[in-house]
Amino acid sequence: MAQFVKKDDDRDEEAEYSPFLGIEKGAVLQDARVFNDPQLDSRRCSQVITKLLYLLNQGETFTKVEATEVFFAVTKLFQSKDIGLRRMVYLIIKELSPSSDEVIIVTSSLMKDMNSKTDVYRANAIRVLCRITDGTLLTQIERYLKQAIVDKNPVVASAALVSGIHLLQTNPEIVKRWSNEVQEAVQSRAALVQFHALALLHQIRQNDRLAVSKLVTSLTRGTVRSPLAQCLLIRYASQVIRESSMNNQSGDRPFYDYLEGCLRHKAEMVIFEAARAITELNGVTSRELTPAITVLQLFLSSSKPVLRFAAVRTLNKVAMTHPMAVTNCNIDMESLISDQNRSIATLAITSLLKTGNESGVDRLMKQITNFMSDIADEFKIVVVDAIRSLCLKFPLKYRSLMNFLSNILREEGGFEYKKAIVDSIVILIRDIPDAKESGLLHLCEFIEDCEFTYLSTQILHFLGVEGPKTSDPSKYIRYIYNRVILENATVRASAVSTLAKFGAMVDSLKPRIFILLRRCLYDNDDEVRDRATLYLNTLGGDGSVVETEKDVKDFLFGSLDIPLVNLETSLKNYEPTEEHFDISSVPKEVKSQPLAEKKSAGKKPTALGAPPAAPTSTVDAYEKLLSSIPEFSTFGQLFKSSAPVELTEAETEYAVNVVKHIFDKHVVFQYNCTNTIPEQLLENVVVVVDASEAEEFAEVATKPLKALPYDTPGQTFVAFEKPEGVPAVGRFSNVLKFIVKEVDPSTGEAEEDGVEDEYQLEDSEIVAADYMLKVGVSNFRNAWESLGPDFERIDEYGLGPRESLSEAVNAVVNLLGMQPCEGTEVVAANSRSHSCLLSGVYIGNVKVLVRLSFGVDSSKEVAMKLAVRSEDESVSDAIHEIVAN
Amino acid sequence: MESCPSVKNILLLDSEGNRVAVKYYSDDWQTNSSKEAFEKSVFTKTQKTNARAEAEIAMFENNIVVYKFAQDLHFFVTGGDDENELIVATVLQGFFDAVGLLLRGNMDKKEALENLDLILLCLDEIVDGGIILETDANVIAGKVAAHSIDSGAPLSEQTISQALATAREHLTRSLLNLELASPASGFQVGFCSQREH
Repeated sequence: MAQFVKKDDDRDEEAEYSPFLGIEKGAVLQDARVFNDPQLDSRRCSQVITKLLYLLNQGETFTKVEATEVFFAVTKLFQSKDIGLRRMVYLIIKELSPSSDEVIIVTSSLMKDMNSKTDVYRANAIRVLCRITDGTLLTQIERYLKQAIVDKNPVVASAALVSGIHLLQTNPEIVKRWSNEVQEAVQSRAALVQFHALALLHQIRQNDRLAVSKLVTSLTRGTVRSPLAQCLLIRYASQVIRESSMNNQSGDRPFYDYLEGCLRHKAEMVIFEAARAITELNGVTSRELTPAITVLQLFLSSSKPVLRFAAVRTLNKVAMTHPMAVTNCNIDMESLISDQNRSIATLAITSLLKTGNESGVDRLMKQITNFMSDIADEFKIVVVDAIRSLCLKFPLKYRSLMNFLSNILREEGGFEYKKAIVDSIVILIRDIPDAKESGLLHLCEFIEDCEFTYLSTQILHFLGVEGPKTSDPSKYIRYIYNRVILENATVRASAVSTLAKFGAMVDSLKPRIFILLRRCLYDNDDEVRDRATLYLNTLGGDGSVVETEKDVKDFLFGSLDIPLVNLETSLKNYEPTEEHFDISSVPKEVKSQPLAEKKSAGKKPTALGAPPAAPTSTVDAYEKLLSSIPEFSTFGQLFKSSAPVELTEAETEYAVNVVKHIFDKHVVFQYNCTNTIPEQLLENVVVVVDASEAEEFAEVATKPLKALPYDTPGQTFVAFEKPEGVPAVGRFSNVLKFIVKEVDPSTGEAEEDGVEDEYQLEDSEIVAADYMLKVGVSNFRNAWESLGPDFERIDEYGLGPRESLSEAVNAVVNLLGMQPCEGTEVVAANSRSHSCLLSGVYIGNVKVLVRLSFGVDSSKEVAMKLAVRSEDESVSDAIHEIVAN
Repeated sequence: MESCPSVKNILLLDSEGNRVAVKYYSDDWQTNSSKEAFEKSVFTKTQKTNARAEAEIAMFENNIVVYKFAQDLHFFVTGGDDENELIVATVLQGFFDAVGLLLRGNMDKKEALENLDLILLCLDEIVDGGIILETDANVIAGKVAAHSIDSGAPLSEQTISQALATAREHLTRSLLNLELASPASGFQVGFCSQREH
């Protein structure tokens, strides 16, 4: 504000006429006292309100006290009969949004205005009152609002209807009572009343499909007066189409003729709305699309930018799903590349890139090159993304597209833009083998002059993986070593790692790499020195014993399969003793999201004889608890602990839940018991488990609970032996046995003698999912590839009729107890097929990946294809058995 | 998509990006600073374009912004990114033309600030809580300007010019009603207003 005033001071006289020059809140609040004058000067009052509104509009805020003061003063102005002033009063009341106890003051004045003879008063009073009202007040004025809805003055009717739309959010039960009046207003002759009535009626009925369908049917046959109402009707019609197509697959699409008819409406707004609705129909056919595309094509050459933009944006979306349907517009699109409006030009280019054919690529690239220099980064990113997909579509054209990318990589640009280009090149290198060498060289040249540390390190890492596999790896060394000489510590460190990777993979380069690495030993950054020393050691550059080739490669290329957070906690807990820190003891299970990519190579060597590592952080507590009990300490490391399963109904005398702890050869049930009766003390609490329905399990130990006083949870344990590594399943029936002693509630002392008693619990079960750990992978595709098809098992299953596809997906995911990857557990609404990716670790520390493909037919029968890859054939079969049962 | 066409905000800025009058209807911008940031980014990205003859359009953070300039006044209307662009443009055109009528063709910042009350009323008549009330500039301007005096007040309290204004207002109103309603009811309204005199 101060700046605003100052600028005005500096400028010539003309600007100083601003009526708000030097305006100040305090002074205006002082001025507001004129509202209290016995002889109201309406002109002056209007001016003061305008000033107050100006302050609010500039972002000034009033304190609670100030706002209340102004509000009370303003209420005095209802005495004046000046319409202009009254309207300003309405405005400021809405802006001040008074609290409910203040609202009462103006309610009667506003209700009087609502029933006044002057229509302007009525319309505005309704809007103000509905804005500031609450539920109780609303019931008082409901009668007037209903009348207003069918008022013959369109302004009044619209005001009531629009207020109704807002009120429906807060007081739906009241507004729903108005549907008769609203229904009548839909037939109104006033164009906008019909629009507002239609909007409100639809919102009242939106959960009643049949009613919406009837409404649309009757209106599409009747007359709709305003273009806005027509647009609304088109939206509702396409909603009906969407919902009906879920039920019947075949047959004609209802209301398509109506939509097509709207393409010939005289208002452009309606034509466009209809065209857009047609392009967004589910499973639209090219015959249905044609008329819509034709009108959009006409819009492309309109003189109005908004129209061109709307058309090209819609066509751009169509191009993603039906590229062939859009090719007719390509000539019009090409002329839009030079459009003044850069948004339009960018959309035109990306559409062209999606629809273009192979022969047109070169010409298109030439046009785009001119265009790239004068658009903003955000548009460039869109273009880069489009070029990447084009290149993947026409791999033969990689040369010109890769050239284009490398050219723009050299030009000026921000981080996001450069990152988009680098990402695109990396993807092209990965997917198009021919492009690898040239792509890597482009990236090398880029890091010679790259100001973004993040990008440099990413590229160096990528070079380390891909570079050694090329025909002449030596040519990259120069670029990498230049980084060691020229860059900051972070980049130097990753350059050292990259050098080591070349050394490990390419024997002929080894001696030269050693020389370079030794130079790094004198670096002034300790991370760089440490890395150099470490790599020299592992690669045998200092003459020491060389580790086996495989270990070195695992170390250099295998990724860390442990979440860093877990590693950090474990390291903090580690106390230096004789025993070395064992990385395999770090929990691998990820709680929230998968952080690390699991590569089989990274983990195998450590798994030798090591107990399966798996507990989650909550399980750490369990593990401590169990190992403190001598009977269970010999069971080895805990594989998994289940979530607690309730064995009693809520609010019974004794609350018991069970946690299943799975070990390699044993299963321990931990019963958490709570005594909810204040007058009782339980002693010698045990759970007697009948394992007759679980043949492979044999009870080995029981740990009773000595005493269970009121409201203090205690645990009792039962341990079973089972065949090693076998995912045995079974059902166990449980009975809680104990000695009850009466407790005197006043003293809290228990009686001497107790009575033996028992209490039936629900059965517990060991299921296959108990042997599966949820362990995520970050890049499912890579993990899937790296597991290889050796132990792949594929089969198909019918799941029978299901409520919905997502219900079926959840059921299978829960059955397997695996971690869904990449958000694939979410099923898109109304989709008829879905694929879901799961990963996990099976007992015996065997990594398992699952690909599920679901399909549902019209009778809701769900079919599923299950593909399993794991490190062990028998495990792959076991997964199938889980599902088959 | 099933929702009613709606507007997220209407902005009227000057040639340096300062607010003349703004109105937000959506919760996307909670604080004044986020509003100002949005205005600044919209202003900077559009100021070089030539949106004088025809309204222009751009995308910002998943919103579409339709804009038009007149002298040192910059008009913007924002809608969600799945909104029909032409509807948003219609709102802009209604606002733009109504302001033109209210300022009697003098579309500049000075005039706008001097008649800020009219502009605020104009915003109030175009959109209510995001829902479009009216897009016809003549109707909007008519609603804002026509009623300078309470027609219920006794004529003796009115000056001659006010009385003339009142009469003109009644006339336009009955004409308007004629346009909107059927001829029969139009006559009725016209008749009523005559009787009031």
